[in-house]
Amino acid sequence: MSEEDEDQPPPPKRPRASPPADQVLDNVLETVLQFLDAPGDRSAASLVCRSWHRAESATREAVAVRNILAASAARTARRFPRARSLLLKGRPRFADFNLLPPGWAASAFRPWAAAIAAAAFPALTSLNLKRIPVTDADLELIARALPATFLELSLLLCDGFSSHGLASIASHCRGLRVLNVVECDMAVEDEQEVVDWVAAFPPDPTDLESLSFECYGYAVSFDALEALVVRSPRLKRLGVNQHVTLGQLRRLMTHAPRLTHLGTGAFRPADGGDEGIDFGEMVTAFANSGRGRTLVSLSGFRDLAQEYLPTIAVVCINLRTLDLSYAPVTPNQIVMFIRQCFNLETLWVLDSVRDEGLETVAMYCKKLRSLRVMPVVANEDADELVSEVGLAAISRGCRDLRSILYFCQSMTNAAVIDMSRNCPELKVFRLCIMGRHQPDHETGEPMDEGFGAIVQNCSKLTRLSTSGHLTDRAFEYIGKYGKSLRTLSVAFAGNSDRALQHILQGCSKLEKLEIRDCPFGDAGLLSGMHHFYNMRFVWMSGCNLTLQGCKEVARQLPRMVVELINGPPEDERTEDVDILYMYRSLDGPREDVPPFVKIL
Amino acid sequence: MAGVDVDVGTELRLGLPGGGAEAAKAGKRGFEETIDLKLTLPTAGMEEAAAVKTEPAAEKTKRPAEAAAADAEKPPAPKAQAVGWPPVRSYRRNVMTVQSVKNKKEEEPEKQQPTANAGSNSSAFVKVSMDGAPYLRKVDLNMYSSYKDLSIALKKMFSTFTTGNNLNEGKLVDPVSGADVVTTYEDKDGDWMLVGDVPWEMFVESCKRLRIMKSSEAIGLAPRTKDKCKNKS
Repeated sequence: MSEEDEDQPPPPKRPRASPPADQVLDNVLETVLQFLDAPGDRSAASLVCRSWHRAESATREAVAVRNILAASAARTARRFPRARSLLLKGRPRFADFNLLPPGWAASAFRPWAAAIAAAAFPALTSLNLKRIPVTDADLELIARALPATFLELSLLLCDGFSSHGLASIASHCRGLRVLNVVECDMAVEDEQEVVDWVAAFPPDPTDLESLSFECYGYAVSFDALEALVVRSPRLKRLGVNQHVTLGQLRRLMTHAPRLTHLGTGAFRPADGGDEGIDFGEMVTAFANSGRGRTLVSLSGFRDLAQEYLPTIAVVCINLRTLDLSYAPVTPNQIVMFIRQCFNLETLWVLDSVRDEGLETVAMYCKKLRSLRVMPVVANEDADELVSEVGLAAISRGCRDLRSILYFCQSMTNAAVIDMSRNCPELKVFRLCIMGRHQPDHETGEPMDEGFGAIVQNCSKLTRLSTSGHLTDRAFEYIGKYGKSLRTLSVAFAGNSDRALQHILQGCSKLEKLEIRDCPFGDAGLLSGMHHFYNMRFVWMSGCNLTLQGCKEVARQLPRMVVELINGPPEDERTEDVDILYMYRSLDGPREDVPPFVKIL
Repeated sequence: MAGVDVDVGTELRLGLPGGGAEAAKAGKRGFEETIDLKLTLPTAGMEEAAAVKTEPAAEKTKRPAEAAAADAEKPPAPKAQAVGWPPVRSYRRNVMTVQSVKNKKEEEPEKQQPTANAGSNSSAFVKVSMDGAPYLRKVDLNMYSSYKDLSIALKKMFSTFTTGNNLNEGKLVDPVSGADVVTTYEDKDGDWMLVGDVPWEMFVESCKRLRIMKSSEAIGLAPRTKDKCKNKS
């Protein structure tokens, strides 16, 4: 469920020339460095001198390549031969919103799968992929290469694979502990071709601790699933898809009484109500799983039968995470159980709960740290269900808030300023006013002061997404006060290049910059030349960049890969750049470049 | 407008029943869009324009009423949608659209939105009430493929309560001299309409509940003749 980008600094750069020779023996150094876990510390250690770099590289077990195009599989394997877990992140986030033409990085994972199959990562047990196209062939390669030792596969927002790929993993990886397929856009298959990968698990007791397939579009055989759960005594996390009915869920819950995380599937009895599952039976099911006080996270509710929602009330006391983002819950319904949720730390809801629902949340969920309010109808012209009233209520009630993502139709500066004062611990503030260029709907002014207050009062802010009508002034504030900002998303905002200059010259820790449809041109872009090598990527689409400006960047920064997507062919007269996506890379421009991409 | 004084409160309303004033404003805009897009009808002043028989009569009778009232509170034309805005993943958008189509057809949804209809592969249960019957029934409109099927099913369902009279079928039957009961339905706008005027698919999409009433009560609903423009003034 966690999609938030965590507090990770950029991957280490190449070592500089070493200072006077280090006295410590290499193997002693390695022993000591093994106690170093935090990626930031490891990066820092690796930059001390050559021998530290060597020792650190030899001992690093958790390897993260947060832009898969920044370093090749071969290079990574050479440097970190003892890698046990590999985290790879692929596409830029704006690709989620159809801004990137498909086929942009079609073969991104293949070289890695091939490297794994060639035993380049002999100690590898865990693979964590985000926004990467993965094919069935890739999964087959991995499954066959590491049948005994492969323990964890997590696919988040990936695409391209199908039930066949999952079946390869299930059938070959005997020691598998974690198989999480989250929010993936799996390949469409003919009904006859779909493989029941759940049935592909070997018949022996498994070591499965986590199995999540809430996004899987086809039905799995329930008998196979039930049998799998029965023979997986270590199962702690189970997330089923919307084809699993309420009655089936109840049976699964009886087989796994010590679950900590449960994805509830449809949360609706089978059609026709023939299942005969009644309210009381469901309450009992939750009461039994709640008895161990282990259930801390609920999600799913993909086709919610509203009358059954209150059955969760009995476990609410222990819940820390509740994901109702696929369930259009109303204010009256949420009241029925949210009162018990006083330990809740993470809540994802739809705006169907309205301001009243949020007020109730604010009243009872005092420990709330992360809130998402997603729109039922994601449309600029939709009804207004939540507003500044809800935001203000949350800020008054949930002082410990660290992260908020809030979709609304309109907002006021006053409410945002209140939040900046009431919730000084905020690290992530993402406000999406769905109407483009919407000003403060009470005063008619731009939303500059609100966002300004956020960056000024929330000194720990690392991630910011802006919306609404914003002038250059807002970005002046951001540049001046956003010193901890690492990720910034800007859309339909600003007046001129000055805004971009403020950002690039002010936000010294900026790593990821995504901009769309703003009037920023070459002058703004070029003002960031001193900083681009410290960034993971820069995305600018629908702005006023020209080929000239981008070429200048490419010329001055040879290690930046500057991609122009949908760009004009080699024709100097056409100036406008559709999408600029640039990132640093140790291995130079990639080879699998589709025709609509031009690398400068 | 309609001389339908049934207990549904069919005073002229913008938007969909159940929504507040805000919902009326915003929701109606979407509905008008839908009408314009799907039927490509002009929005106002078309009542004189001859009885174009291909037009669903029901939509047409509502149109002048809508347009007249809509002028008073005409919402601004929606802006051209930007790609990928608001930033919600298409997987999530699609799931919510399918859900809202389903919920629309069930009883008393908390909030109504006119969404693009994915419709016919989900269930479309609507309440059916019959005057004089002690309790209501529900039918899934997607189970049937024509008015004939539906009327047969309804007849079976309520056969214990009637003396076996024919229900109104199709547009051509004059309900006054024909059957003792007529079937009417409440559509998305809250208007009560005679069953059988519009194409089946359109009916399934817009029907929210059914009511079987005595034909003597249904005078206000009935078309004058099948040829003239059906005006529900």
